[in-house]
Amino acid sequence: MGKTIAEKILSNHAGKDLRAGDIAICDVDFCFGQDGTSAIIIDSFKKLGMKNVFDKSKFYMIIDHSAPSPNIGTSEIHKKMREFAKTFDVGLYDIGCGVCHQLIPQKGHITCGDLVIGADSHTCTYGAINVFSTGVGSTDLAITLASGKNWFKVPETIKVVVNGKLPKGVYSKDMILHIIKDIGANGATYKAIEFYGDAISSLSVDGRFTITNMAVEMGAKIGVMTADKKVLKWVQERSSKEPKPVAPDIDARYVAVKNYDVSNLSPQVAKPHTVDNVADVEELKSVKIDQAYLGTCTNGRFEDLEIAANILKGNSIHPDVKFVIAPASKEIYLEAIKKSLIEIFIKSGATVVGPGCGPCVGTHNGVLADGEVAISTANRNFKGRMGNPNAFIYLASPATVAASAINGEMTDPRIYKKRLS
Amino acid sequence: MKHFARRLKVQDDINTDYVISGRYKFKIQDPKELAMHIFEDVDPGFASRVKKGDILASGENFGCGSSREQAPLALKQAGFQAIAAKSFARIFYRNAFNIGLLLVECNTDFIDDGDELELDIERGKLKNKSKGLILDIKPIAPVIKKLLEDGGAIEHFKKYGGFKFDKT
Repeated sequence: MGKTIAEKILSNHAGKDLRAGDIAICDVDFCFGQDGTSAIIIDSFKKLGMKNVFDKSKFYMIIDHSAPSPNIGTSEIHKKMREFAKTFDVGLYDIGCGVCHQLIPQKGHITCGDLVIGADSHTCTYGAINVFSTGVGSTDLAITLASGKNWFKVPETIKVVVNGKLPKGVYSKDMILHIIKDIGANGATYKAIEFYGDAISSLSVDGRFTITNMAVEMGAKIGVMTADKKVLKWVQERSSKEPKPVAPDIDARYVAVKNYDVSNLSPQVAKPHTVDNVADVEELKSVKIDQAYLGTCTNGRFEDLEIAANILKGNSIHPDVKFVIAPASKEIYLEAIKKSLIEIFIKSGATVVGPGCGPCVGTHNGVLADGEVAISTANRNFKGRMGNPNAFIYLASPATVAASAINGEMTDPRIYKKRLS
Repeated sequence: MKHFARRLKVQDDINTDYVISGRYKFKIQDPKELAMHIFEDVDPGFASRVKKGDILASGENFGCGSSREQAPLALKQAGFQAIAAKSFARIFYRNAFNIGLLLVECNTDFIDDGDELELDIERGKLKNKSKGLILDIKPIAPVIKKLLEDGGAIEHFKKYGGFKFDKT
């Protein structure tokens, strides 16, 4: 019986043959924490009594969740992180650099076949470039920071096959929301998901990150794809590490196989307050919105900004709507300036804030008022997520968010037919 | 010591933001202060009803969402002896045992708020003494059990200078 991607990557890192259900100690290629999790990483690391981190080149801290700091408590955490970085001579991406899940692949820290853990649940994002990457807590991260290792249970794998040509105005975000609706918030708990199909291979690498980013919204440990030419090119342009692409065996064992056809898919919207509460945009036409948000580790990449800018160009956002835009990294921000996207956003009435996670996690830069409704390109719409438990969050693609910002209500982006890619 | 059940107004898919809201966990480092605000967004006033030794009974997918360890830390600090749920999200499951908070997977349908409970981990049973019921607990993996016995992952690591499992 052959092996899945998860079984192969974990076997490679344990130095022995592993199958789903096995538990093993594995070597970790890269690990990181952000400002919501690093304070406890630092405390736990100190409790371990270690004098050094296992490998200075394999750990980074990123200040992105509240950047720049909105209050004294957070400032103290940021200070603690900066001091730790200096004392232990480890890397830190400070405010303004960007969102961890954009920076880590973009800056070339990881490559195909790697085993990566991050103290952030959306660490599963890097599966799009053939990495076994998963979120852990701060204590697990501290132990890896001390030893370079951690223990892993080899997950069973669900195979998801997505075929069909995406219609104009429908994107990878719609695809993953559609899949989450079917599998459910708890449908892949503890499992790996491997994604295949011509609808996946036709996506850019940026578009694929949107899909693997949301694997955890079904409870999955990883969401992973194979490394095709696009992935290898993307990775080699950014990382000097030798890629070690891993593909499953032809007779690998899957606990389930799910097939989808997206040829007739409508733009999808997740309604409050769970990510699997998904509807076609047509069903939500009368829902008025108070705020729109474009950005995050799900949809803050250049391609996302470009899709939104094409719809916004020459249009003004609705007078009752606040539109907040945060590019996912400094490099994306600069590219968006160069290509005049930022000018389009500002002229349309949107507010562009620095790269970071703020509005999505409700720390600052757009906290909602009681009863307000937001449409966001993020990955979670939990009650209270954007800072107020009495507000309502809908999740959608950059195109649906931009179209809705112009009209002040949930809007099908396909009305801007000529502007869509 | 007697242990009593606590139930929330919401049962399934209790995410870590519901355990402790982002309004607090990004700026507060003291677990005692965090413990005062648990479940505030889904069940205001709940935190003040929790007594030391209580067992939280919940539904499916408890602890989904973020990886932030503030969630299990705040629950442990609040005084819970254990969290019982039909199922747990993966990251939360590891985090809880790593910090020495016991999680038990069992059918929680027949546990009401205030029921007197008794845990027997060795035999894998949760007794509901108020209702005269004995519930089966899903076995805890030996690796996890070992971490818990040693008082959490940090203590385990310090004791052995690394991971020390009998069988991996």
